[in-house]
Amino acid sequence: MSIRDTFFQECEDLLAALVDGLAELESSGQDSEIVNAVFRAVHSIKGGAGAFGLDDVVSFAHAFETVLDRVREGDLAVDGKLLRVFHKSSDQLTDLVEAARDETAIETTARDSVLKDLETYLGDQVEEEEFSFDALTLDVPPALEIPAEDSASRGVYEILFRPHAALFSNGHEPSLVFECLSQMGDLTVELQDISIPDFELLDDSGLQLAWRLELTTFDSETVLHDAFEFVEGLCDLEIRPLTRPTDPLPTIASEVPTPQPTPSSDKPQTKSEKEPKAPKATLRVDLDRVDRLINTVGELIINQAMIAQRIEELDLPGTSQVLNELEDYKLLARDIQEGVMAIRAQPVKPLFQRMSRIVREAGEATGKPAKLLTTGEGTEVDKTVIERLADPLTHMIRNAVDHGLEKTDTRIAAGKPEEGTIRLTAAHRSGNVILEVSDDGGGLNREKILQTALDKGLVAPDVELTEPEIDNLLFLPGFSTAKEVSNLSGRGVGMDVVRNAVAALGGRISITSDPGQGTTFTIVLPLTLAVMDGFVISVADQTMVVPISSIIETIHPIRRNIHTIGQNGRLLALRNRYVPIVDVAENLGLKSLNRLDDQIFLLVSSVSHGTCALAVDAIHDQRQVVVKSLKTSCGSITGISAATILGNGKIALILDTEEIARTGASASELAHEKLTQMEPALVDAN
Amino acid sequence: MSTQTEPAPIDSIEFVTFSAGNQIFCLEITQIREIRRWTPVTALPHTPPDILGVMNLRGAVIPIFDLSARFGLGATPSNERNVVIVAASASDTVGMLVESVSEILSIESDQIQETPDLKSDAARNYITGVIAHNETMIRVVDLGAVVGGDNA
Amino acid sequence: MALKVLAIDDSRTIRELLRVAIENVGFEYECAVDGVDGVGKFSQVGPDVVITDINMPNLDGFGVIDELRNGTAKTTVPIIVLTTESSSDLKMRARDAGATGWMVKPFDDDALVSVLRRVTGYQA
Repeated sequence: MSIRDTFFQECEDLLAALVDGLAELESSGQDSEIVNAVFRAVHSIKGGAGAFGLDDVVSFAHAFETVLDRVREGDLAVDGKLLRVFHKSSDQLTDLVEAARDETAIETTARDSVLKDLETYLGDQVEEEEFSFDALTLDVPPALEIPAEDSASRGVYEILFRPHAALFSNGHEPSLVFECLSQMGDLTVELQDISIPDFELLDDSGLQLAWRLELTTFDSETVLHDAFEFVEGLCDLEIRPLTRPTDPLPTIASEVPTPQPTPSSDKPQTKSEKEPKAPKATLRVDLDRVDRLINTVGELIINQAMIAQRIEELDLPGTSQVLNELEDYKLLARDIQEGVMAIRAQPVKPLFQRMSRIVREAGEATGKPAKLLTTGEGTEVDKTVIERLADPLTHMIRNAVDHGLEKTDTRIAAGKPEEGTIRLTAAHRSGNVILEVSDDGGGLNREKILQTALDKGLVAPDVELTEPEIDNLLFLPGFSTAKEVSNLSGRGVGMDVVRNAVAALGGRISITSDPGQGTTFTIVLPLTLAVMDGFVISVADQTMVVPISSIIETIHPIRRNIHTIGQNGRLLALRNRYVPIVDVAENLGLKSLNRLDDQIFLLVSSVSHGTCALAVDAIHDQRQVVVKSLKTSCGSITGISAATILGNGKIALILDTEEIARTGASASELAHEKLTQMEPALVDAN
Repeated sequence: MSTQTEPAPIDSIEFVTFSAGNQIFCLEITQIREIRRWTPVTALPHTPPDILGVMNLRGAVIPIFDLSARFGLGATPSNERNVVIVAASASDTVGMLVESVSEILSIESDQIQETPDLKSDAARNYITGVIAHNETMIRVVDLGAVVGGDNA
Repeated sequence: MALKVLAIDDSRTIRELLRVAIENVGFEYECAVDGVDGVGKFSQVGPDVVITDINMPNLDGFGVIDELRNGTAKTTVPIIVLTTESSSDLKMRARDAGATGWMVKPFDDDALVSVLRRVTGYQA
């Protein structure tokens, strides 16, 4: 990893700390510790950005920092208005860092407007110190300078140098100063009379020594002074040109008095009342390495399953020690796997932090003031899941503000606080991660939803729908209730996209709504994408896996419960309901081995087609499988979400039940067409 | 597989030649991970005929292409000399079913010529150049195009 | 013996930049993530020279210098302050606190190394 990468990674942490600090500032008022932390975050970003010449970041961070410094110094009080400016500044800084990282252009108008806000708080400081980053006040004399022929351009200087005790205690060595001077030209060093003070006054910090130096050099007097930069104020120093043929500057005789160290006021910020929190030791690891490890552990699990199967085939007596050892092996392998998976787990906090910005921006854009309340920020979820949740969550949050919250006057009329509340929670529940997005708005307008669905032909006019069923219409592709397309949610993205994104993560989304009270979206996600509980099934002659999470129940049907409709349509009678049957083999373009009524039905719930019965040939067992993604070079395969490797080393495809249910209805014709394309001759050869 | 080892001159590239769809192709040896005997693969539904399915390669699931079909030269006829060439591109590891593997050639880089403009040849999309060798034309396969190949 | 440098900075980026600059010339590099860590590392590492940031959590740069100069360590090892602020006021404060020298971030690798050489007299 390059240092540049390190910098941007660090920026993420710092920006998160910044957001945190601002939130704390908001909730617990002006606390110097918090202000300091916020200041430091911005300051560190500026420092690092300077090293990489990221001028946009540096100059903005500088303005931000300057205002924060005024707060720190007690010149400014933090009020709601300033906090909003800080929030905006933090958002802007995030954008600038991202632009710098991705090397994209910055939005100068947005930046300038925030800068202007900041400037109103700069007071008269703005002119005081022109900020420049040409760095290095320190000029190190070049070691090798070719002397000009003209000796007249050389100056001879007399230097009287009497170090104070503080010079030594500050870690200086007169000899090193001489060493530095000697590199500038010819130097003679002469120890003056040793003025030993009265014995009683002699302290252990050194003798009162003084030197007289004579330096013949091409360098100017300024450069000469630079050599004493660090010791200035720690010694009596006199620099006098003896011959100075070049530039006749007035003699500078400086008798710099040693200022007494100012005690109290500038006292270092020592350990505060709070004991400093010892930072939890962490290790930054290249993600590739973790993923390789996860992959290898996956192979270990498969290998363990294979060994178990081989041993089972040996038909050993139940008392055999091997079986016990095997059980231990299995447990150990699972432990390793869980441990490795935990490496990828990360708290959802950064994701949640981003959402508070979304709420702010959505609130501003729609004129509906809103705040975000979060709980369960520490909930850990797989890194990939977090990354892939960002977009759907952003969309849901925008929706919640845009469509969920009522207009301000409506809220006031309903006796609600003017400012709407969006709640975002995360929690672990029985092996799943639950995320909830809720608003305290007016709830879903079911009448309107149903009407829209009818208008768009998404539901048949004669269908009776329950309230939850109406709510779920929102997830249908192409559904959008907003009459006026707002500039926020009206981006051609509907809740169906959110639903698909969640489904792609192996999760499901549901919705509940109370009229007048608000709407809640609930997302249920698996803890990890890498392992999954599944049923091992047979479809045609292939072994496949169905995620258990998608199955409601399994059914062994009786013939009279299967009904035919039209040419290919078949329905399963189920407790006074009819659900469509989808023959999985047919759906995948394979040939069923069994007649339909000899098959086993898996009842699944799909978002698009409600409950469906998937017909498969057999269910073998239930087990945890390691999910292997299918390489992109295969393209996306309808009905298949991934693959796994079984104990016998064979690959089993993992079914995408949602997709199968969706294509099930219209698939029969397509399947026949595909069947001829499959070239099974070669596949079955040997 | 017969190998013919010549002392490799400087600036030479080693290629493995093989036949697919009755034409001779080659692939740079550094891209090849291993060559395996053909074993049945797990078929994937709804895929074009040039994707045979997926195979378990020591715990990794890799796709297997029928190279001849991918080149538009028809499906590879089943034969006991069939082998799968496992090759790794920058992005992916894939297996390619070919009729047979012939030899290892050491070719000086300037012997590789640009692909002649044969518009009719569907395989051309997957070729980076050709080598004239013993009066046969050997096509140098562009692995990246095969792996990424959406123009199949 | 290579010159042993202890750098105290809460920014990972700066620590890495310092590491590259310092290890490039063959000096030994140790670092600490804040003031308290720095003071602790000092006694463990026994550096020939210390580079410290000013703005740090737990204990700031002035505190570090005070602790090293006047605390249990009572050291006269050169301490270089590395800061983004170039104001002369800050330099005076650093000097009064006991700093040996100062440098402004962003730093130039060569300049940094020559300051280290200059305050330690280390030539190799």
